[in-house]
Amino acid sequence: MSARAWLVPLLPGIVAAAGVTVYVILLLVVESQVGIAALLVAGVIAVLVAARFGAAARVGAVFAERDDILNLLVILAVLTVTGFFYEDHFVLLMVATVIIYVIACLGLNLQFGYSGVLNFAGAAFFGIGCYTAAVLTKNTGVPHLVVLVAGGVMAALIGSFLLLPVLRTHSHYSAVVTIAFGLLFKIFLEVNDTLGGPQGLRVDGMNVLGWEFNDNIEIGENFEASFYVNYIVVGLIVLGFAFAFVRRVERSWIGLNLDAMRLDETAAASFGLNITRWKITAFTLGNFLTGLAGALFAMMLGFIAPTNFTFGDSLILVSIVLLGGIGNPWGLVVATVMLIIVPEKLQAIQEYRFLLFAAMVILILLFRPEGLLPRPLRTYIPGWKPK
Amino acid sequence: MTGNRKPLLASDGLSKLFGGVVALDQLDLEVFPNQILGLIGPNGSGKTTFFNVVTGIYPASGGQVKFDGADITNLSTQAVYRAGISRTFQRSRLSLSLSIFDNIMIGNHKRLNQGLWFNLVRRDAFRREFEQNFEEARELVQVFDPPLAERMFEAVSGFPMIDRRRIEICRALISRPKLLLLDEPSAGMTHEETTELMDDIFKVKERVEDLTIVIIEHEMGVIERITDACVVLNFGQKICEGTYQEVAQDSQVQEAYLGVE
Repeated sequence: MSARAWLVPLLPGIVAAAGVTVYVILLLVVESQVGIAALLVAGVIAVLVAARFGAAARVGAVFAERDDILNLLVILAVLTVTGFFYEDHFVLLMVATVIIYVIACLGLNLQFGYSGVLNFAGAAFFGIGCYTAAVLTKNTGVPHLVVLVAGGVMAALIGSFLLLPVLRTHSHYSAVVTIAFGLLFKIFLEVNDTLGGPQGLRVDGMNVLGWEFNDNIEIGENFEASFYVNYIVVGLIVLGFAFAFVRRVERSWIGLNLDAMRLDETAAASFGLNITRWKITAFTLGNFLTGLAGALFAMMLGFIAPTNFTFGDSLILVSIVLLGGIGNPWGLVVATVMLIIVPEKLQAIQEYRFLLFAAMVILILLFRPEGLLPRPLRTYIPGWKPK
Repeated sequence: MTGNRKPLLASDGLSKLFGGVVALDQLDLEVFPNQILGLIGPNGSGKTTFFNVVTGIYPASGGQVKFDGADITNLSTQAVYRAGISRTFQRSRLSLSLSIFDNIMIGNHKRLNQGLWFNLVRRDAFRREFEQNFEEARELVQVFDPPLAERMFEAVSGFPMIDRRRIEICRALISRPKLLLLDEPSAGMTHEETTELMDDIFKVKERVEDLTIVIIEHEMGVIERITDACVVLNFGQKICEGTYQEVAQDSQVQEAYLGVE
C-alpha cells in the first residue's frame, strides 16, 4: 500500500522515461535509412501529440517536483542502453560521446546560459583538455584520474589569459575575442611540432588502479563487453558530479548573481554585484568543465589532431546549448542526443550535418527562442514550498 | 527645522559634464535624516544625472558628495550600495524573466553569503539563510500588497506596472538602506495607481526606522502630498528650495516650467 502510494504519483515520469529509453534503443538498432527516417518522424509526432493532450505537462510536473527521480531514471536509461548494446563498439562510442559532450556543454551553459559570457571557443578549451591528457599520459606517470582534473585546470588556466579582453569587451565583441582565440589555438597546434603538428598525438587509454580501460571486459568464458563500457561508467560519474555542481550553482545566490549580471549589468552593479568577480568565476568554472570533458574524450579516442578542434566544432557546442534551451541542463542532454546520434545514424545527412545544424538553430531562434526545453524559474530548494 | 542637524547626504559644488553639455552645474544639495525630499525640474534639468553621479554610475566632473559624514565622490556603484544607498530606476530595471523573490534578492546582495563553499556545499546552512530571507522578503512585500506576497515565485514579466514598481521598491528596501533614491516611480502608471503607490511608500516609511527618501517626480500632486521639502533644478543648477508651497509660488520655478512670456 505504502509502496503504491509512493509509486503512483511518479508513474507518468517512469512511463515517459521507459518510452524514451525504448525509443533510443530502437533508433540505435535500426540500420535501414528509411526505418530511421520513419522513427524520427514518429518521434516528432509522439512529442507533439503528448504536448497537445497534456501528457508532456504531466510528465514535466512530476519531474519538476522530484528531480532526484529524474536523475535516477536517466542514469538507469543510459545503463539500460549500454547493457543492451554491451558488445557493440560503434553504438557505445556514440553513447560515451554524448555523455562527454554534455559535460563540455554544461561548462558553456555556466558561461553563456547563466552569466551571458559568450564563448565561441568551446572546442579550443575542449582541445586544451585533450592535449593535456595526451602530453601527461605519454610523458608522465600521473594517475589518470588526476589527468582528468589536470585537463580541466589547464583549460581554466589558459582561459584566464583571455579574461582581460573578455572583461573589457561586451557581448558581440567578447564573442569575437573568443572566436579569435579558437582560431589561434588550432593554428598553434598545427605549427607546433612538440604537440605533433597537423598529425596530432596518440593518447594512452585510461588506467585506474591497474584497471585497463581499453581492454574489453571479460567475465567468465563467454561474456565479453566492449571496452567503451568503462568510459561510459566513468563518464556518467563525472557527468553526475558536473550536473550536480551546475544545478547547485543555479540553485544558490551564485546562480542568481549570474542571472542578474546577464540580464542587466548596470542594475546588478547598483546592488553591489562585482561584475568582474562573477564573470571570472563563471568563465573559469565553465572552461574547467569543458577541459575536463576533453581530457576524458582524448583518453577514450586514443588519438587527437588539430582538425578535431575547429571553429565548426565550437559552433556545434554552442548550437547544443541554444537548441536545448539556454540555461536548462536537461535541455543540453536532449539536444546532445539529437545532434550526435541523428547524423551518425542517418548517413544521408552526414555530409550535410553542419547545414542541418545551422537550419535547426535558425528555426529554433525564430520560433522557440527559449529552446526545446525552456528553462524553468529558479527553485532554490527542490520540493520546498512557502509555509 | 532642519537647520542645526547634520545632513545625511550633501553634495558640494557637484558638476557633471557630458562633452560640452553641462548636466550638473556646481550643485549644492542637502538631504536631512528622515526627510522625504522631492527633486523636481523640467526634463533634462539633471535630476536623474544627480542620482547617477551619487550612486557612482557616472564619475563626477567636479565637486564632492558626502554621505553620513564620509566622502563618497566617485566611489564604485557597489561601494555606494554597501554604504547604504539604494535606488530605483526611471525605466524600471527589473529582471523580467526572474521571479519576484529573485528580483528582491538581487537587492539584498550585501546581506547574503556569497561564498562558493557556502552556496555549493553547505546546503543546510544555505537553506536556513534562504528561508530567513524569504520570510523577510515576504513581509516586506506584504506591506505593499498582501496578494502579491503569495506569488513570490512567479516571473515578474506577468505583473502590471504598479506591481513592478512595488517589487522594484522592495528590491531597493530589502537591504535596509539609510537612503532611498526613487527615480520617477509614477512613470507609466495611471493616476489611481500612483496614489496607491504613494500610500504604500508612506506605509513603508512608517514601518522602517531611519529611512530618508529622495524622490524625482513629475506629478506635482505626488510631490505636494509626500515631500517635506523640495529642490528645483534647471539646467543642472538649483534654482529654488523649500516646502512645496514655497517652491510653487516662486517666480523662477514658474518660469522654468512654463517659460517666459
